[in-house]
Amino acid sequence: MADYNRYIRQMILPGFGVDAQQKLAEAKVLIVGMGGLGCPILQYLAGAGVGTIGIMDADRVSLSNLHRQVLFDESDIGQLKVSVAAKKIKKLNSGIQVMQYPFQLNKENALYIIKEFDCVLDATDNFGAKYLINDVCVLLNKTWIYGAVSEYEGQVAVMNNIQIPDSVHYRHLFPKQPLRNEFASCEETGVIGVLPGIIGTMQAAEAIKWITRLGKMQNSRLLNYHFLSGSWYEIGLTHNPEAPVIDESFFYQTNYDMECINEEEELDDIDIAEIDVKQLLEVLKQPGHFVLDVRELHEYPTVDFVHARIPMSVLKESLDQLPNQPVYIICHQGIRSVYAAQYIKLHKGVETYSVKGGLTAYFNTVNNE
Amino acid sequence: MGIKVLFFGSVTDITQVGELSWDYCADTNILMKGLLGRFPALANKKYFLALNQQIIHENCQLKQGDTVAIMPPYSGG
Repeated sequence: MADYNRYIRQMILPGFGVDAQQKLAEAKVLIVGMGGLGCPILQYLAGAGVGTIGIMDADRVSLSNLHRQVLFDESDIGQLKVSVAAKKIKKLNSGIQVMQYPFQLNKENALYIIKEFDCVLDATDNFGAKYLINDVCVLLNKTWIYGAVSEYEGQVAVMNNIQIPDSVHYRHLFPKQPLRNEFASCEETGVIGVLPGIIGTMQAAEAIKWITRLGKMQNSRLLNYHFLSGSWYEIGLTHNPEAPVIDESFFYQTNYDMECINEEEELDDIDIAEIDVKQLLEVLKQPGHFVLDVRELHEYPTVDFVHARIPMSVLKESLDQLPNQPVYIICHQGIRSVYAAQYIKLHKGVETYSVKGGLTAYFNTVNNE
Repeated sequence: MGIKVLFFGSVTDITQVGELSWDYCADTNILMKGLLGRFPALANKKYFLALNQQIIHENCQLKQGDTVAIMPPYSGG
């Protein structure tokens, strides 16, 4: 082994040795997503000497990434994440191969890309990608390591672990993909930088154990971390009789982009007028207008121009709190407000308007004037 | 002792607390009916239940001091 000195500190660990190092060198893993989870996964797997690492992401580095995606720096803004990451990782470890996939995983490319790897690390930020990874890994008999965050919490689990018989996969937890609008993404809800760092590092740890077959794995258990309480909670997982059989016909019939809206597709047909902040400021000068804030109650700052604050999570039960007049709806980024506008228009029958860019755009405009 | 109920992820947006003590009830169906009465918005949420740190897929008998966790899916990265 040419790089003996590089790995000496892990190789001298009891039970590790040349054998485990050789397994790492021969391993091929794919990291889907090069964001808050993907960066620490890549850094630690490259450091440990995983021989072939595929990295996939279509996005470019932006300023709001840097608080959690600490592989990137200010000079990288605007560049493709995978090419920046590959360049930096080559400096960390020139002895490994990094394959770049500067596009999104989709139904057309997933089978032939994942086929080339032993194990997939899920560092994605949406349900469609997680269900796609799950189903393709089940079809191809590949192990995948799930990781995700939700506000101050994060979790990790090894799915479809081919090293144990009858391993569970993600559809044993949630057989059907959630509706697109049921859950907000990180883009909207905020995330503290260190949390995906912790979860991504846990995923890297599970990957190293899976590759080297050292120790006890997160086999059929979900490990949940709560940042604020600093505590971990473990849940044992078992087969769910309601989980669908994932075969080729199931895969080809499933629409991973669209499945999430099938119960809500009538909402998608409802056109919503978006107004920008300047138009909102004009509306605020008119008497009798009604502005609704749909952010959750813990989201800050509060603003004094709204007439009601009904969080998205309780909107469906709270329609009777709204007046029978046009409603101007605002949220943090202008994503949830579009859905709220569609929902209220359909079920309440009043005209609705969504404020484009949300309070982020509002404060940008107001502070620049 | 009753039942300890733990809420995770976006479910806590509805409950506003991560944990509460619930009067003893015989099984998880009765427990969930009570929780839905107190938190109606839970009806629109996807989640699974875990009893004493094991996922459950059907109604389960409860005993004093049991812990039930309500776990929604997470998708952020």
